[in-house]
Amino acid sequence: MIEPTGPLPLLAPSPGSSFTDLLDSMGNRPTFSFPAGEKPPIAPEGTTVLALRYEGGVVMAGDRRATEGNLVAHRRIRKVFPADRYSAISIAGIAGLATEMVKLFQVELEHYEKIEGVRLSLDGQASFLARLVRGQLPMAFQGLVVVPLFAGYDFREGRGRLFSYDAVGGRYEEIDFGSTGSGASLAKSYLRTVYREDLDAAEAAELAVKALVAASQEDTATGGPDLTRGIYPNVIRVDSDGFVELEDTEVAPLARQAVEAIR
Amino acid sequence: MTIPFYVPPEQQVRDKAEFARKGIARGRSIIAVDYADGVLLLAENPSTALHKISEVYDRIAFAGVGRYNEFETLRKAGIRQADLMGYLYSRDDVTAMGLATAFAQTLGVIFTRDPKPYEVEILIVEIGEEGGAEHRLFRVTYDGTLYDERNFVAIGGKAEQLTEAIADLWEESMTLERALEIGSEAFQRAEGRESEGWEAAVLDFSHGRRAFRRLTGDELPAR
Repeated sequence: MIEPTGPLPLLAPSPGSSFTDLLDSMGNRPTFSFPAGEKPPIAPEGTTVLALRYEGGVVMAGDRRATEGNLVAHRRIRKVFPADRYSAISIAGIAGLATEMVKLFQVELEHYEKIEGVRLSLDGQASFLARLVRGQLPMAFQGLVVVPLFAGYDFREGRGRLFSYDAVGGRYEEIDFGSTGSGASLAKSYLRTVYREDLDAAEAAELAVKALVAASQEDTATGGPDLTRGIYPNVIRVDSDGFVELEDTEVAPLARQAVEAIR
Repeated sequence: MTIPFYVPPEQQVRDKAEFARKGIARGRSIIAVDYADGVLLLAENPSTALHKISEVYDRIAFAGVGRYNEFETLRKAGIRQADLMGYLYSRDDVTAMGLATAFAQTLGVIFTRDPKPYEVEILIVEIGEEGGAEHRLFRVTYDGTLYDERNFVAIGGKAEQLTEAIADLWEESMTLERALEIGSEAFQRAEGRESEGWEAAVLDFSHGRRAFRRLTGDELPAR
């Protein structure tokens, strides 16, 4: 055992660029498991998020609802986040675990960039996220599932790329669109009928909002835009200029239009 | 069993300090200077790959002179410490003060305990909130001594001459261009020769949460 040299962590677990490994080595990342036969606690679940590629980038959007069984737990929850300056992550599943995973992922990417002096490649980011999801596997067996969507601009390939995941950490690159959460199949069915390869950013944002609204019509866990309270989906895009979040004032007309189009 | 020779502690400390100072004096120097929108860090560095200046946290930067592998070890440890604190508590809880004292303690322990002290001198720079608190410029020497500086600071072999030159040239609320001008002028005066290449970075309010940015190409001073 080497005596610590002052308060700074001079030594790090090999290879030393991963923040998650650092946390693990210090015992600061507890993993939970439940005794056999015990029921996991009831916790709010985030529902539908989706993303679609357009010419030059990716648009990602998420509704704002979290549910607890048949109840609405939160009306203004956020499920779409920047991962770094050129990538974005959105999450469905147990909200508490998912937001923690996002926070860890964000710190991991920034930590790597600062330690190594270069950003992690988009493939590297996507692959690391798969590892984080797989780390949740014991919890997934207990029914506490977290499934993200990941998108970013890949400068090596000069295009926006999109990845979907499954509960065991499987990673799948999508060439058109992806969705996860309770309303995912409804959102995808909608997108399947309207998606084109030559969408521009504005059209992609419009379709993303329409797909969320379509899902909210059939899935009670997906929150539609709340026009009276002024609660709109979170819509972001990533392209070669980086991560941009659309303002509520930009999303509101799209949401209104999407709600009015539904009969 | 052999009995080690007795060396009085005064002698030991003096020897170690002299050894560390010699190592640092061989390296090229770095300065940090306040300007209107933040702090400029400027180093003479012929290499474009090996950096002496780096980002540590949202509003905090690190610079080191001396032995590359040693200040690189410290730099990475500082980033680890900052990211751990920010993750476990809040991003606002990571301060240059906290980091600087951690660096000072660590260097102090190494200096007294290890046979060979680190041959380094480091800077930890933090910009205040926009329009709010003032900037922090901390200098930590090879033996863990911590200095709190105002407006400008220099480290490395020519630190004294550089400080003198900047004291003469410094003005309040300079533009970045002006800060670069007086920076390169100070190096010119201290070294008495042309620079062999520049490395520069700024912590600037206008860059949002992560205030650190490297200056490249045309942005760097001519020789």
